Amino acid sequence: MSAPRTLFDKLWDSHVVAEREDGEALLWIDRHFVHEGSHHAFRAVAARNAGLAEPGLTFGVADHYVPTRGRPAIADAGIAGMVTQLSDNAARHGFRLFGLDDPAQGIVHVVGPEQGLTLPGLSVVCGDSHTSTHGAFGALAFGIGASEVAHVLMTQTLWQKKPKRMRIAVHGPLGPHVTAKDLALHVIATVGANGAHGHAVEYQGEAIRALSMESRLTLCNMSIEAGARSALIAPDDTTFAYLAGRPHAPSGADLNRAIALWRTLATDEGASFDREVEIDAAAIAPTVTFGTSPEDALPITARVPDAPALADALAYMGLAPGQRLVGIPVDRVFIGSCTNGRLEDLRAAAAVLRGRRAAVPGLVSPGSTLIKQAAEAEGLHTVFLDAGLEWADSGCSMCVGMNGDLIASGQRCASTTNRNFRGRQGQGARTHLMSPAMAAAAAIAGHLADVRDYPPLER
Amino acid sequence: MDRFTTLSAPAAPLALDNVDTDQIIPARFMKRSRAEGYGPVLLHDLRFDEAGAPRPDFVLNTARHAGAKVLVAGRNFGSGSSREAAVYALWDYGIRCVIAPSFGDIFASNAVKNGLLPARVSEEDAATLQAWLNSANDTQLQVDLESCTITAGGQTIPFSIDPVRRTQLLNGWDDIDLTRERAAAIASFRTARAQAEPWAMAPPAA
Ligand code: SF4
Repeated sequence: MSAPRTLFDKLWDSHVVAEREDGEALLWIDRHFVHEGSHHAFRAVAARNAGLAEPGLTFGVADHYVPTRGRPAIADAGIAGMVTQLSDNAARHGFRLFGLDDPAQGIVHVVGPEQGLTLPGLSVVCGDSHTSTHGAFGALAFGIGASEVAHVLMTQTLWQKKPKRMRIAVHGPLGPHVTAKDLALHVIATVGANGAHGHAVEYQGEAIRALSMESRLTLCNMSIEAGARSALIAPDDTTFAYLAGRPHAPSGADLNRAIALWRTLATDEGASFDREVEIDAAAIAPTVTFGTSPEDALPITARVPDAPALADALAYMGLAPGQRLVGIPVDRVFIGSCTNGRLEDLRAAAAVLRGRRAAVPGLVSPGSTLIKQAAEAEGLHTVFLDAGLEWADSGCSMCVGMNGDLIASGQRCASTTNRNFRGRQGQGARTHLMSPAMAAAAAIAGHLADVRDYPPLER
Repeated sequence: MDRFTTLSAPAAPLALDNVDTDQIIPARFMKRSRAEGYGPVLLHDLRFDEAGAPRPDFVLNTARHAGAKVLVAGRNFGSGSSREAAVYALWDYGIRCVIAPSFGDIFASNAVKNGLLPARVSEEDAATLQAWLNSANDTQLQVDLESCTITAGGQTIPFSIDPVRRTQLLNGWDDIDLTRERAAAIASFRTARAQAEPWAMAPPAA
């Protein structure tokens, strides 16, 4: 009998091509996603006069710089150049591109799962820190820098040191109106913005098993904000049901064979973790951030804390210690991103907004073009439009502002994205992170609000 | 890549926790090509006000610390976005070493791949160094990667770095050349993988 292993150990072991004496392992990469921001890596490939080792395992997605309005025209020449550069590299190296005009275009961490490219047991990398998202399938997924992107492009492998293993067990069910986003913010506030540093986190427990695939993606997406190298959830029937029929997923006998193998992707009884954290799901309320790090998160019913270490952050945010979170006025809302731009998220926001008007302007950008279509097919867009919000095309948009969708300096945004860093949504912009339903409540109220005070209206 | 062995250079204290890569280089500057140089946009929004004028009280804008080649920062430096441009910005500005109690994982990896040393010290030692840089007669630090020590005003402080990263910096190794030596192992791994999990080889869209 071999020693009991964690899910992470199994994924790691199955991708080690070679090991060095110093402990670094050369890992095989099954899926490599690139985007417009990968231009430094392509430059490194060109500098070596090299080609791609595995164009068939490389997938390009136009998301960071694409406009969300007025497509396909791109007004800014610099931004247009970024999108064109990616198409040029796709053409030169012969990899599949989900480009600006592709019906399946979207945000990389939404497109990979949606297309069935992300599968349990695979290794997935991308030059984007939120690649941890894909671990929701029980895949070994992590973000890498440009030098590493170049290495993967040229060799389809990557030298890595094995991270430590951490288990976060979430006991009991989540309460009403408490979503994966609230859970994620609660976890980050509990362990700290670098609390999971150097660790691969596996989520376990009743609350996790009950999450939909989309919610699992939200949770794993945010794990990088706790400093985790990657995040994992063991695949189960929820995972397999999601994958069935996806364009690039195995089908028929292949799928059955795959599922049999995927069922072995679970942590063995008795396997040990380097660190364990226990979370009581019942203790989690709808949560918002108040500062400039995702760890600055509290239940919406709380007040801005009084701590000397927060003085700078609160000055940037224009908040005072002791101020109630409910009632902090917002200037606009943003609903979208790879964290919360999936159909489930749009439905949750629409459920709150249906029949109501937003008191402030806002932008809703679906996580992919296919999600946009699906949302329109069920009429969600009319809910947003009737509420007075803008219904846009898919891209990273206000999550990072690279495409020009920015918050003006000093303005405050209720946002479903993942980072409330200074200037993340634009120079001087103030960001409060929250779930889509909470962002919808803030839109209606014109200030941070408790979604539990906005029950769905009768239709 | 560039090697790192020892460095004797002026340092600046950056007494902020969680200086994420969005702050090190704001997203709007990431369209630049490397040839343009990323130094002018390092820590842009902390260095310059919204009109583009230098903020006189920001440490790198003070006469005492302009031209620093070492930063002594707070916890979780370089967290957030994986953008390697954060390292380009530090490097192009002239920074060769960042000393901090902890680093974002991807940042630390990116740093080493570009020859920049991420040196980990305790919270207390970071605070001591920052205080010293604010008050001492000079701002010169000696950083020795062989012995993993920092010397400031005659006082020696140990730092830590992952041993593999240390060796990489000392040798200036290029990963790709090391990997190419493993071509045979990679090829046989690929064959076995295609056999065991054919779907891993990316079936085309159905
Ligand atoms: S939506 Fe935001 S976090 Fe997600 S890939 Fe785009 S920029 Fe990164």
